[in-house]
Amino acid sequence: MAGEYDTAITVFSPDGRLFQVEYAQEAVKKGSTAVGVRGKNIVVLGVEKKAVAVLQEDRTVRKICVLDDHVAMAFAGLTADARVLMHRARIECQSHRLNVEDPVTIEYITRYIADLQQKYTQGRGRRPFGLSTLIVGFDYDGTPRLYSTDPSGTYHEWKANAIGRQAKTVREYLEKAYTETIYESTHESIKLCIRALLEVVQSGSKNVEIAVMVRHKPLKTLSSDEVEKYIAEIEKENEIEAEKKKQAKQLGGTTTTTTTPSLTTQTSKKE
Amino acid sequence: MALASVLGFKSNETFNRSLQCEKTDANIDEICPKLNIENIAQFITLPPYADPAKYLKMVNESVDRVRIQFLKGTTTLAFKFRNGVIVAVDSRATAGGFIASGEVKKVIEINPYLLGTMAGGAADCAFWERVLARHCRIYELRNKEKISVAAASKILVNMIFEYRGMGLSMGTMIVGWDKRGPGLYMVSDDGERITDNMFSVGSGSIYAYSILDASYKYEMSTNDAIDLARRAIVHAAHRDAASGNIVRIYHMKETGWEKIEEKDTNDYMYQYREDKTMNF
Repeated sequence: MAGEYDTAITVFSPDGRLFQVEYAQEAVKKGSTAVGVRGKNIVVLGVEKKAVAVLQEDRTVRKICVLDDHVAMAFAGLTADARVLMHRARIECQSHRLNVEDPVTIEYITRYIADLQQKYTQGRGRRPFGLSTLIVGFDYDGTPRLYSTDPSGTYHEWKANAIGRQAKTVREYLEKAYTETIYESTHESIKLCIRALLEVVQSGSKNVEIAVMVRHKPLKTLSSDEVEKYIAEIEKENEIEAEKKKQAKQLGGTTTTTTTPSLTTQTSKKE
Repeated sequence: MALASVLGFKSNETFNRSLQCEKTDANIDEICPKLNIENIAQFITLPPYADPAKYLKMVNESVDRVRIQFLKGTTTLAFKFRNGVIVAVDSRATAGGFIASGEVKKVIEINPYLLGTMAGGAADCAFWERVLARHCRIYELRNKEKISVAAASKILVNMIFEYRGMGLSMGTMIVGWDKRGPGLYMVSDDGERITDNMFSVGSGSIYAYSILDASYKYEMSTNDAIDLARRAIVHAAHRDAASGNIVRIYHMKETGWEKIEEKDTNDYMYQYREDKTMNF
C-alpha cells in the first residue's frame, strides 16, 4: 500500500499520511544527535561530533551555526539541506532588521524556517527538507528561548529537547533530569546538556561540541579543555552516586531515588 | 467606492450619474440641475459644476499654466515631549483660491495607538494609511504584539517608494507609542523617512515652526504642550491663506491616542489678542 502513494509527495495516502514527510523524519533519525537546554540566563546547544577521516581537516562548529547575533541553530539530518535552510534564515534575519528596525524574535525566525519546511511538503514535486532543527537564542526583551522544527513544518517551544540519533532515549533522560535548580544555574544547564549527550555518545571531549549563549553576548563554543572539565565533574558525580547506591544495597534498605519531580519539557504551541 | 463611504461621502450615486449625463438625456434636469437661488441650498456641499473630473482636467493642462489641486495648503504639526506626543492640524482644504472645505479631517486614526497626519493629496494619504492599517493589524495577529512606530512608518515608506516619481503627493507624520516609548516619523512622497522630536508640514508650517521653536521644551507639562500646539496652528491659520477653520488636537499617550479638542481658529485668535499672554 505504501509504495503506491509515496512517489508524488503532493498526495495523501488513503489513511491520511504524508509518506515523504515520514521518510524525511527517518532521515533525521540517522543524523547525529543534537541537544538543546534552556536555562534562565543561558541557552546551550550540544552536538555529537562524528569521527572524521584521517586526512580531513577537522573544522569545528559545522553543526551549530549562528543565524544572527542573538540566534543560533543546530540541526540533525541532511547537512546539505541544512546549509540551504541556514542561508535563507540568515537572509531573513537581516531583512527583518531592515524592514522592522528590530532583531528577529526567536519565535519569528523559527516560524519562518518551519514555513519554509512546510512549503516543500506541498506541491511542485519537491521533496521535504530532511532535517530537524533546534533554534536557541534571546528575544529583544531578554527572554531565553528554545524551539524545535521538524520536516513536516511544525514547531514547538521546549525547555530541553534532543533530535537525531536516539533522540527518544536522550529526551527521556532529559525529562527525568531537568529540574528547577538546573534552570536557575548556568553551570548546571551546561552540565545537563553534556550529560544528556553522554547518554548516547562515547565519553570524551573529542566526541561532543558544546556552544553556549548568554544574554546580550554572541554564541561561544566551549574549548575542549572546558568540556573536559565538565566531563570530569560529571564522572565524579556519577561515581559518588554509584557509591551511594552500593552502600544502600549493602545496608539492605530500599534505594531511594534522589530525583525530584521533573517538569514536563514540552510546551506545545501548535498541534 | 469604499473610500467614499469611509470619508462620509454619501451622495456618490447621484454624483456618479451626473458624470455621465448627456444633454439629450430625458431626466437631465433631475440629475444635473441648473443651480439657482432657489435650489442651491440642497447642493451646497458639491462643487458648483456638474462634472468635476472634466472641469478639473481642463484647468490642469500645462497650457493654462495653472493647476487646480485639491487640499494642497495645510498646517500640520507634531512634537514629542515627556508625556507623549501632541498632534495638531488645521482643517481647511483649498483648490487654488477656492476653499473647498473647512472641515477636513487631517488626522487619520490608523488604530488606537497609531495616528497619521494628512498633507498634500488627501486621497493618497487616506488610502495608503488605510493600507498601512491593514498591514499593522496582520502584523499584530501574526506576532502577538503591537507593531512598533518604526516598523509601521517603514512599511508605509516602502509602499510609497514603489510609486516614486509617479505623482504621489504625501507629507505625512506617523505618530505612536510603542515599547520604545513615544515615536514620531515624517514620511513623504519622495521616499523620505526621518525621525525627530518635532515636525511641521504644509504651507503654514513656517509660521508654526516659529511659534514652536520659540517655546518648545521637552519637559513641558501636558497642558503647556497642548497650548503650544494650539497657538502654533492658530497663528499659522491667521497668516496662511491656505490654512484655517478648525484646529484639531490629539494627545498620544502610552495607553493610546486621545482627542483633546476641535475648535475654531479665529475665535482663539481674538482671545489671544485680548489676553496678551504671550511669554517668550
